[in-house]
Amino acid sequence: MAETAVSSPSAVAAAQPASASGSLLNAITSRLVIMVPYLWLLFFFLIPFIIVFKISLSQTAIAMPPYVPVLGVGEGISGFLAQLRELGIDNYVWLTEDPLYFNAYVSSVVIAAISTFLALLVGFPVAYGMARAPASIRPTLLMLVILPFWTSFLIRVYAWIGILKPEGLLNQVLLATGIIDQPLVIMNTHAAIFIGIVYSYLPFMILPLYSTLEKMDFSLIEAAQDLGCTPTGAFWKVTFPLALPGVVAGCMLVFIPAVGEFVIPDLLGGSQTLMIGKTLWNEFFANRDWPVSSAVAVILLLLLVVPIMIFQSAQARAQEQGR
Amino acid sequence: MKSLGSIRRDFAPWNDPDAKPYIAFENVTKRFGDFTAVNNLSLSIYEREFFALLGASGCGKSTLLRMLAGFEEPTAGRILLDGQDLRGIPPYRRPVNMMFQSYALFPHMTVEANIAFGLKQDGMPKPEVDARVAEMLKLVKLEQFTKRKPHQLSGGQRQRVALARSVAKRPKVLLLDEPLGALDKKLREETQFELMDLQQSLGLTFVVVTHDQEEAMTMADRIAILDRGEVMQVATPAEVYEAPASRFVAGFVGNVNMFEGTVAAREANTARITGASGAEIVVENAGEAAAGNAVAFAIRPEKIKVSSRKPEGAANAMEGEVFDLAYLGDMTVYHVKLTDGQVVKASALNSARVTEDPLTWNDRAWISFRPDAGVVLTR
Ligand SMILES: Nc1ncnc2c1ncn2[C@@H]1O[C@H](COP(=O)(O)OP(=O)(O)OP(=O)(O)O)[C@@H](O)[C@H]1O
Ligand SMILES: [Mg+2]
Repeated sequence: MAETAVSSPSAVAAAQPASASGSLLNAITSRLVIMVPYLWLLFFFLIPFIIVFKISLSQTAIAMPPYVPVLGVGEGISGFLAQLRELGIDNYVWLTEDPLYFNAYVSSVVIAAISTFLALLVGFPVAYGMARAPASIRPTLLMLVILPFWTSFLIRVYAWIGILKPEGLLNQVLLATGIIDQPLVIMNTHAAIFIGIVYSYLPFMILPLYSTLEKMDFSLIEAAQDLGCTPTGAFWKVTFPLALPGVVAGCMLVFIPAVGEFVIPDLLGGSQTLMIGKTLWNEFFANRDWPVSSAVAVILLLLLVVPIMIFQSAQARAQEQGR
Repeated sequence: MKSLGSIRRDFAPWNDPDAKPYIAFENVTKRFGDFTAVNNLSLSIYEREFFALLGASGCGKSTLLRMLAGFEEPTAGRILLDGQDLRGIPPYRRPVNMMFQSYALFPHMTVEANIAFGLKQDGMPKPEVDARVAEMLKLVKLEQFTKRKPHQLSGGQRQRVALARSVAKRPKVLLLDEPLGALDKKLREETQFELMDLQQSLGLTFVVVTHDQEEAMTMADRIAILDRGEVMQVATPAEVYEAPASRFVAGFVGNVNMFEGTVAAREANTARITGASGAEIVVENAGEAAAGNAVAFAIRPEKIKVSSRKPEGAANAMEGEVFDLAYLGDMTVYHVKLTDGQVVKASALNSARVTEDPLTWNDRAWISFRPDAGVVLTR
C-alpha cells in the first residue's frame, strides 16, 4: 500500500501484483525491445561495412573472390596474423593519385546539391499546398505522392529517355506548339540528370516537409500579418523557420542517395558525366577491381557522414524544442 | 435625478448625435458555406471606447473580430474604420492589432522576440524596441521569462505574452479575443485594471471578446450582447443589467427572476400584471407594455426582500416557503417556493454578523419588492 504511493498511476496499473519475477521479465523484455534496432544495425550495417573496409585494404587478384588475402583461421593464429600484414592502404593512395576519382566525388556532390536544391524548390510548394488542403483530401494527396513507387524505379527513369530525347515527347509538344523551332538537347546533359534526380527523389522531399507543415498552426501566419508582415515576410519569418526540420530532413533524404546515384547518370547523363556511383559501378563490374571499388565506397561513406551528422543534430534540436 | 447604477466616467459619445463612430459595422453578414455566423449586424464603436462583445460560445464574436482585423471578408455589408471602408485592405495594412484566442505565439521565438516582432516590423530603432519590450514585460509581469520559448510557459503566461505582443505596437484599435480567460482570479482582476489604465492613458480603442460577464461589466464602457450572429442589445453595463431589452438579455446577464403574465391595466407609467396563477404585480416603470400584452416581469435577486412575516405597506408581496438556501459569507441566497409553485431567488446582504430570527429550510416566508425594482419585458 504505502510502497505503491510513490509510483505513477500507470506503473501501478501495469504491475498489478508486482511480483519480483514479473518485474524481472518486464526488464528483460524492455531491454530486448531496445536491442532490436541495435542488432539490426550490427548485422546489416556494421558487419557489411567491416567486410567492405577489409576488402578495400586488400589487393586485386585473378581469383575467386577477386582479392587477396582472404582472411581465415585455417592456418592457425600465426597464419591469420600473416594475412593481416598483407593488408595495406595502397588502394586509398591510388584514389588520390588518379584525378578521376577526385573529380567524380566533387561532381557527384555538386550534382546532388543542385538537384537537392531544385527538389526543395519544387517540393516545398507541393507540400505546403497539401498541408493547407482540406483535411478530407489530404490522404488522397499523400497517396498520389507515393503512387510512383508502385512502378519500378528503372522503368520510370527509362520513361524519361522517351520524354527527353531529341525526337521525344517534350520536344514534339514544344515544336508542335511553336514554342521552339529546334529540338532542345536535354538528353545526356546535366539537365537530364537534374530532372531525373528531382523526379525520382521528390517524394522524399515532400513527405518530411509535409509532416512539419501539417503540424504548423496557420494562425501564426495571420498573427505575423496582423503585426505588419507582408505574406512574403511572414513566409520567411514564420513558415520557413518552422518548416526547417522538414527542410533539413528532406534535403538529407534527397542529397545522400543522390550523391551515390548511378542509374540516373548512366541512363540520362550519357558518357561524359562523371559521378562517383557510376565510377564505382565501373570499377566493380567492368574492371572487377573489388578492392578499389570498396575503397571508393568507404570514402563515399565518410563523405556522407558529415551531412548525416548535421541532420542528426538538427533533429535533436527540433526534438528539444518539443515539436 | 434617478440613474441606473453608477456612471464610471464622463464618456458617452454614443449619446451625442454629432459624434461619428470610429468603427462601424453596417449590415454585416458573414456566411461559411450555408452557415450564417454573423447575420445582418450593425454596430458603432467610438474612438477611445472600451467595447465588449459578450455572448455564448459560437455566437460569432471571434468572427466579428477577424473581419475587423482583415482575416475574413464580410459576405455582405461593410465595415468602416475612421470613415474608411476596410474591404480589400490586407491585415498588415490595417491599424488594428489582435490578440488571438489561440494566442498564436511564434514557437521558434523567445518571449522577448515575440513581443518585439511587430515593433521590428515597423522598423523601430533597437533601443526603443528594447524599452518598449521591457515596459510590456513589466505590464504582464513576465520579466523573468524573457528568454523562454512559448512551450516553456504555462497557459496563463502564454496568454500574457500574447497580450503583451498585441499591445506593444499601440495600435489605434486593439482587438482582444478572450484576453484573460486562462488567468486565475486574482491575476485576472489585476490585469483587468491594468488594461483599463493602459487603454485610458494611451487613448486606444479596445474591442474585447469575453464570455465572462463580470469581466465585461468591470472593463467595458458598453457591452454588445450577441446571440447567434445577431446583436440583442448594446448598452452600458448598468443599462444591460438594470434595463435589459429582452428576456434573452435579462437571462444572459446575471441572475434574474422572471414572472410571465399579462398586463391587466396600464395607467401612466404604472402597470398591473396578472400572472397565470392570479398573483398580481404592480410595476411603476412599465415601458411600452400596453394592456393585454403578454409580458415578463424581470427582477434581480438582490432587489427582493425576504421576511418571515408579511411586510406592511409593500406594493408587492408574495407568500411561500424557504425551499433552499445558500450561505455565501457576504450574502445569503434564498430560494423561495411561492404558493403557485414558482421558485424565486432572493439574495440578502449579511450586514449583521448575528441574526435574531434567521429563516431556515421549510420556514414560511414572504418576498416583497418595490414597484420600481424590476422591468417589464415585451420581447
Ligand atoms: N472558417 C469557418 N468555417 C466554417 N464555420 C466557421 C468558421 N469560422 C467560424 N465558424 C462558425 O461560425 C460560428 C461563430 O464562430 P466564432 O468563432 O465567431 O464563435 P465565438 O463566438 O468566437 O465562440 P467562442 O466563444 O467559442 O470562441 C461558429 O458556429 C463556428 O463554427
Ligand atoms: Mg471565439
